[in-house]
Amino acid sequence: MGVVKIKKDFHEARWCEPIIYEMSTPGQRGILVPMPDDEVKEAAGDVLSAIPANLRRKELNLPEMDQKHVLQHYIRLTQETLGANLTNDISEGTCTMKYNPRVNEDLAANPNFAEVHPLQDEETVQGILEIHYKFEQIIKEISGLDRVTFQPGGGNHAVYTAASVVRAYWESKGELDKRDEVITTIFSHPCDAATPATAGFKIITLYPDKDGFPDIEALKAAVSERTAAIFMTNPEDIGLYNPRVDEFVKIVHSVGGLCFYDQANANAFLGVARAKEAGFDMCHFNVHKTFGTPHGSSGPANGAFCCKEEFAKFLPVPTVGFDGKKYFLDFNHPESFGKVRDFWGTAGVILRAYAWTMMLGAEGLRECADISVINNNYFEKKLLTIPGLSECFAGNGHRRQEQVRYSWEKLKEDTGVGTVEVANRAVDYGIPHYWFSHHPWEIPEPMTLEPCETYSKDDLDEYYEVLKQVSKEAYETPEIVINAPHKAAAHKRNDEAALDDPEKWATTWKAYVRKHGNK
Amino acid sequence: MKKKLGLIVNPVAGMGGRVGLKGSDGEEIQRKARELGAKPESPQRAVDALERLVVSKDEIEIITYPGDMGETEARQCGFEPIVIGSAEPGRTTARDTINAAREMAEQKVDLILFAGGDGTARNLYDALGNSEIPVIGIPAGVKIHSAVYATNSRNAGEVALMFLQGKIKRVQDSEVMDIDEDAFREGRVTARLYGYLKVPHEQRLVQNLKSGRTEGEEAALNSIADEVIESMEDDVIYVIGPGTTTRAVMNKLGLENTLLGVDVILNKKVIASDVTESQLLDLIKGKKAKIVVTIIGGQGYIFGRGNQQISPRVLREVGKENIIVIAPQNKLTALGQNPLLIDTGDYEVNGMISGYYRVVTGYQKTVMRKAE
Repeated sequence: MGVVKIKKDFHEARWCEPIIYEMSTPGQRGILVPMPDDEVKEAAGDVLSAIPANLRRKELNLPEMDQKHVLQHYIRLTQETLGANLTNDISEGTCTMKYNPRVNEDLAANPNFAEVHPLQDEETVQGILEIHYKFEQIIKEISGLDRVTFQPGGGNHAVYTAASVVRAYWESKGELDKRDEVITTIFSHPCDAATPATAGFKIITLYPDKDGFPDIEALKAAVSERTAAIFMTNPEDIGLYNPRVDEFVKIVHSVGGLCFYDQANANAFLGVARAKEAGFDMCHFNVHKTFGTPHGSSGPANGAFCCKEEFAKFLPVPTVGFDGKKYFLDFNHPESFGKVRDFWGTAGVILRAYAWTMMLGAEGLRECADISVINNNYFEKKLLTIPGLSECFAGNGHRRQEQVRYSWEKLKEDTGVGTVEVANRAVDYGIPHYWFSHHPWEIPEPMTLEPCETYSKDDLDEYYEVLKQVSKEAYETPEIVINAPHKAAAHKRNDEAALDDPEKWATTWKAYVRKHGNK
Repeated sequence: MKKKLGLIVNPVAGMGGRVGLKGSDGEEIQRKARELGAKPESPQRAVDALERLVVSKDEIEIITYPGDMGETEARQCGFEPIVIGSAEPGRTTARDTINAAREMAEQKVDLILFAGGDGTARNLYDALGNSEIPVIGIPAGVKIHSAVYATNSRNAGEVALMFLQGKIKRVQDSEVMDIDEDAFREGRVTARLYGYLKVPHEQRLVQNLKSGRTEGEEAALNSIADEVIESMEDDVIYVIGPGTTTRAVMNKLGLENTLLGVDVILNKKVIASDVTESQLLDLIKGKKAKIVVTIIGGQGYIFGRGNQQISPRVLREVGKENIIVIAPQNKLTALGQNPLLIDTGDYEVNGMISGYYRVVTGYQKTVMRKAE
């Protein structure tokens, strides 16, 4: 790239696209489906009778459009987003926006793979089962634990699987009524509190000590014979690696509790540290955050849940086994808690992750971690020279790992421009709206950035130049920042309260029409 | 239509602080402060806050009192305020603050922005009582125990602006507290909870605005009440401290509640209302009792501010293990890294009940926080 220049003349496409329902023209069709021939009708019989009456619809409220306008609509929407494939996405701290190699997309699109179906006889899908099995061996090595399931459809889902295993474990011992508390930390991922709560546990949250690490004295005060487990992230969301993680595990084990390690994002320690050596019973990986696959938003993604052998009997079924000759679906988990979703994992993601891992090899994985941490430390030193910016728990003498939670508190005090405005203004330079923090915002005016191994020095420098520019504007012409974005497809929310108000927000067209009328 | 903003500056607020007088209530102290070289703090802070409102100057009509009670500050920022009432220049008193707030309420202002300390907040409470007029305080006094203040002058201005622009719509009851200054000067702290004023509710008022995805105040209180009630044991006396968080528990049980005082319940029925220390001691004597308290005011006190009825003797009787601390998450977030505070007036009891608490923040949700 040579000399780093920020994109002062950037402008995002702005199509002002309506919602697709608003584009509907009665009678228009994308495809005219021919009526079946009599012969087909006769052979198929009354197919509708197989569908339960309450699932049948007389009217379908779907937009009526021709193909060209559907294509046009969605291409326009893609032009109104900024993302990792388009721009400098260091923005999404904690999400790890890695490059997804195109060659792996080719593999996943190969018809030999794309056209297999999970309901096929296992004899006919030996290839994908082999990949599944071999990727499990790799994950076992990376975590040090004994068994893996890829059934969860994403990271949170894998943590929910952990909560379900913890529940099944205490149920099997007949102690579920007594072991009803799960401990987590405020800077762990929120699913470490939310999913055990969904599984019926009471949640106790630890706050940090003065250095930003979970308060070990608070842990000692929290554990008891009621402790079912601890669910903890490390490095935590603020980018600090808890050097006493093994002591945390010992304290929880000393009262009989189980230990789950949230490794959603393993970029700081891939090939460096393992869940096993820290003493954990279970862990998980968000396959997309660490193993170079696309993000899938808890649907077409994958969460790898790992455990020690003694917990394997509780795993969801099936897992994939190998008898020395052929691969098979293993339903032999006698105390399985059931399923967390259908089939045995998002095959396209496992294929891509396997390819990514094999291309890098063991040394390459370690190098990813090294580059992630080096990138982040270079970036951190440079960013902290920007007026108005600081980092949380500054000066505690501990190196940041793969990400940093910064704070624009000083900028806010000096200029009235806070983190929300800075993020909006960065968009004007072609930088995706950055991630602030999980809730609650314990760190004021937060910003969380993560330059993983994907980003070059020029990328880091560009990002720095943009933030420096926005800080300068905040001090000199704050109104420009406060009124940003000026060059983005979308501007600000009209109604700040709308996200909070159940009478206003709508996640479906039906709900939108009910709450706001059909305009 | 222009929004009406009432502006009250207590020009003597904060004067006592710099010269070590622990407060500025009363003419005698104010005179002493001046003699010691104290300069008014609040006019400049009011200007800092008003500067935030300048961007919407044409949409805001300021109604204020003459001279340094608001007029001067408003004009300094380029506003042309409507000046009401009268006050003697350089010699304003608490009475002027009360009159100003009353007159502004009569004029149906949309919000009162005021600069002062706990004494000023009390004056506003005296004038407004339980009226619906919302207020937001610019912290300028020596004592800031009340929760009606923004974290600093600029944030006060910003909250006022966002409220007037309709970006903040909710208001919440916030504590008006004050300590007895004479006792304070003698080294004793006795804070009272005087009442509640309506304050625009936004996360960033206390720390960060627009973190728009935290649960609403009402939902938080509701789920805290569920947790407390579900864990209640039969035949155990529950001492319910003052505050809106504890009120939610009483409301959920359908019980009458003393917002500013201590009530006692047994088997989900009130057995005594607004009790004194000695009544409490009689009630709990030889019985198993638990205490339910919340953080009172903006500084994190769980004992010793606004709930002195729950005295060292009562706390000795009940014991730390029977203290239940409840607080919505946003109150804890507002404390940042600071601990919960205990100041019962008895060091031994302070030590006995300090340490970690599982603070109830919602249904089946607690956080570990240290109290000192």
